[in-house]
Amino acid sequence: MADAILEVFRGNQEVGGAKQYTVPITPGMVVLDALHYIQAHLEPDLAVRWNCKAGKCGSCSAEVNGKPRLTCKTRMDALPTDKPITVYPMKSFPVIKDLVTDVSWNYRVNRKIPPFTPKPGTDWKMYQEDMDRVQEFRKCIECFLCQNVCHVVRDHHKKEEFGGPRFFVRVASLEMHPLDNVSRAKLLKDELGIGYCNITKCCTEVCPEEIKITDNAIIPLKERVVDEFYDPIMKLVRKIRGAPKAG
Amino acid sequence: MTNQTKYETHEHDVLIIGAGGAGLRAAIEALAAGARVAVVSKSLLGKAHTVMAEGGIAAAMANVDKADSWKTHFRDTMRGGKLVNNWRMAQLHAQESPERVRELEQWGALFDRTSDGDILQRAFGGHTFKRLCHVGDRTGLEMIRTLQDRGVQLGIDVFMECTVIRLLTDGNRVVGAFGYWREQGRFVVLKAKAVVMATGGIGKAWPVTSNSWECTGDGMALAYEAGADLLDMEFVQFHPTGMVWPPGVQGLLVTEAVRGEGGILRNKLGERFMEKYDPKRMELSTRDLVARSIYTEVKEGRGSEHGGAFLDISHKPPEYVKQKLPSMYHQFKELADVDITKGPMEVGPTCHYMMGGIRVDAETTAASLPGLFAAGESAAGLHGANRLGGNSLSDLVVFGRRAGLEASAFAAKSPAGGIDSGQIAEAEHDMLAPFERGDGENPYTVHRDLQNVMQNLVGIFRTEEDLTTALAELEKLKQRATRLRVEGSRLFNPGWHLARDLKCMLIVSEAVARSALARKESRGAHSRIDCPNPDEQWGKQNNVISREGDRMKLRQIPVKEMPDELRELVADDK
Amino acid sequence: MGGFSIYATFRAFEGKFYEAAPYLSPFYSPLIDPHHHWLPLWFSPAMLILAFPLGFRATCYYYRKALYRAFLLDPPACAVGESPHRNYRGEAKFPFILQNAHRYFLYAAVVFLCFLWYDAFRAFWFPGPDKTLHFGIGLGSLVLLVNIVLLSLYLFSCHSLRHLIGGKMDCFSCTTFNLKRHGAWKKASFLNERHMLFAWASLISVGFADFYVRMVSSGIIKDLRIL
Repeated sequence: MADAILEVFRGNQEVGGAKQYTVPITPGMVVLDALHYIQAHLEPDLAVRWNCKAGKCGSCSAEVNGKPRLTCKTRMDALPTDKPITVYPMKSFPVIKDLVTDVSWNYRVNRKIPPFTPKPGTDWKMYQEDMDRVQEFRKCIECFLCQNVCHVVRDHHKKEEFGGPRFFVRVASLEMHPLDNVSRAKLLKDELGIGYCNITKCCTEVCPEEIKITDNAIIPLKERVVDEFYDPIMKLVRKIRGAPKAG
Repeated sequence: MTNQTKYETHEHDVLIIGAGGAGLRAAIEALAAGARVAVVSKSLLGKAHTVMAEGGIAAAMANVDKADSWKTHFRDTMRGGKLVNNWRMAQLHAQESPERVRELEQWGALFDRTSDGDILQRAFGGHTFKRLCHVGDRTGLEMIRTLQDRGVQLGIDVFMECTVIRLLTDGNRVVGAFGYWREQGRFVVLKAKAVVMATGGIGKAWPVTSNSWECTGDGMALAYEAGADLLDMEFVQFHPTGMVWPPGVQGLLVTEAVRGEGGILRNKLGERFMEKYDPKRMELSTRDLVARSIYTEVKEGRGSEHGGAFLDISHKPPEYVKQKLPSMYHQFKELADVDITKGPMEVGPTCHYMMGGIRVDAETTAASLPGLFAAGESAAGLHGANRLGGNSLSDLVVFGRRAGLEASAFAAKSPAGGIDSGQIAEAEHDMLAPFERGDGENPYTVHRDLQNVMQNLVGIFRTEEDLTTALAELEKLKQRATRLRVEGSRLFNPGWHLARDLKCMLIVSEAVARSALARKESRGAHSRIDCPNPDEQWGKQNNVISREGDRMKLRQIPVKEMPDELRELVADDK
Repeated sequence: MGGFSIYATFRAFEGKFYEAAPYLSPFYSPLIDPHHHWLPLWFSPAMLILAFPLGFRATCYYYRKALYRAFLLDPPACAVGESPHRNYRGEAKFPFILQNAHRYFLYAAVVFLCFLWYDAFRAFWFPGPDKTLHFGIGLGSLVLLVNIVLLSLYLFSCHSLRHLIGGKMDCFSCTTFNLKRHGAWKKASFLNERHMLFAWASLISVGFADFYVRMVSSGIIKDLRIL
């Protein structure tokens, strides 16, 4: 079997650098397998977050050859072996140690979102045509790769004013829930800063669950914000009909 | 008593260990009851092994098959468990699960629908009717996200990436726990009036497993060490369909929903071999039987290239497969280069679930120690000798809720217990010892050897000889585990974490081997080649493991007698 | 994209060679004051007209992505270092907050689309010697037809349209009318997935249609009559 060379970041927020490891390649091997090999045979204290190793929990996010990926779903045989495979922690979050980052910001953003609030007196009948759209958003495994790749967070550091793609997806799943009775348009505009998103689609490109984040979540939410805040005709229509919320 | 300044200390009414389905459900209930609640989780919130549950949650809602009722669900569960289940748990479970599912929906879960607008239910192994409420093949994710959001809404305190290493006792009452933050390696004292164990299973003691790294039997081992009873430890479920190729994903679960949706099992000769083993239920037979059938086919030389069987769903329209089994489709496409809409999957048995666990009271989920409660996979009794698919997720919410309720009630009427600094000092010393050894073994090596012992000697088919050897091997491994050496610092150090988890795995593995050796019969997931048939006498008793000094003690207790009206429900002639 | 802008600007200012009966360049449709009765001579009517389709394209959710990436390098690509600017406001502040007007350009585009369908239809009726119109097909007729079909696909795959037509509903199954809108939304969603394709195809076709009419009108080439 051939060997691969992995260049893995070792260190923490203050000090650190890349270190190279030689790992034998086995059939069907993924990058996380290689990291496990390093732990078991070369350096037992290499810090890696992972849980299921099946692409279902979203714990093992990192940047492989510069691309934000789940390491458990990145096949070694899909990467060029003529040069070292680089594995770095997600850039947008502070490094705790090695490949483990502090993702607590995401949990803080999540707390800003009003929960599912059903219409009073609902009979809990729901139909698949309403489910399909929302179930796409519910596929999210919270790997935070979209948060990591989004340039608003990554390069412009707008963590205080911006919610990030993951939470637009979550808001979309609530806003489009057929029985939900709350509007989160103001939250989107003011607290989650959806206007900061300039729909350049990197989040969609990295999503391991293939959620069409931009087209199906963010843009429809932007349109809902337009309905509520930027469209004088819609405002007028709402005033005449006296309806607080569309739909 | 404790030196308050030395350790970070938190005080709550109810401490819940584990943030999977059962732990979160318990937290929600305890919060609703007004208790101060903390949830401790070894990983980040929402990553628990519950997310891996695929097929669905079993509840007799009768949305698809109108004839279904709790009675049939009860009967299926008892018969699936070969009648050594705790009947009262099975009854409560069957009666309460529909309400628990509706509750999830009211908290925002979005299940697949029937054309009438109700929750859609699918067929599953061992269930008489279509009973599994599901969301494609990612039901567990939907459930954990729903519970997580509900908990966040109620203001749950979650201690993420924190491992409990010892339960603290005052007399024999559990009064808290001692643990460490994985991130910095700092120790933490968690005082509580009641503790709920919801730590899941022990799959990581086997190399071929569908379980995530967290499933190291912590709750069972901690409870055992504190003096609680463990029950039914010989019953380890091997899921019939795990991936067998490529090696890196060996054991990864292939959901039973593939068979629920019409998947067919074949051997390399193209024979639909389940015709031989269970002509009536075929692929949808109980898991123990299907797993043994595949194992037998492979052993007798009719297996696939990589030592499995072929599971084929490609006769269904590709769009249907992709809609109903999306994660299976992607899993095989990305990890094994197999398009399941075009060709068969290679599958083989994989260690999946622990039916045994902490012995609890059916109504209250109270363990045999005051102040300790347990729910979910870490508790025992509901599933008996074999769990039906879909009964795990419902177990989590039914008994998670009961645990939260009872623990908060217990906390409300109990004074805070005293913390014994001697217990803490001892745990701290044990925990730090591997750093101080100049020479010692790598925890990864010992873990691998443990896995091999369990796979080869305490696997699907067992014999007295193998089990005796296994116990001797485990004894050696235990010795080796006292001489582990860990490199590096206490900052997020996986080698150190494993050294700790290994101790739990060793305790639980020994309990499994001891119980399996004692049960001289084959029943459910426990198959003894040397005693291939069920034994009437063993059918009336459960194995109980408890700690006596430094030794593990095994005893038998009688299976609880069912009332007559329930006995009629599970009778053969129906 | 850049090339198209230059060509379109040139053509808008050129102010001639826009008609070659029965063809009318999409840049100049509808014909507004072609004889400059009230428009100043230097002002080409195309400048009035082009503002709307260009506005529609400039505020289009697809082109926004392309423009921000290609021209503003914000970001130039995914997960590459981008120079952070503290004043980044995305589309939350002027000027890009104006992007929210996309739906108004959509309304205008619908009007223009009607004219262009009329033009495409007209392109199949050739004036005979007796001044009456006869059905016929020229290469130009086909060029205009393909163009209008692509423009329609581009418009019907618009994100704003998809929202207005049904996406804004939370519950499709609640009323029969909503169910109908669900059907429309599904179709719009289907087209929407190909919005980028239609955006480019229609951009090329509209440019080519104008170019073809200009060539014929200026006499450089002769229209190929098929029927």
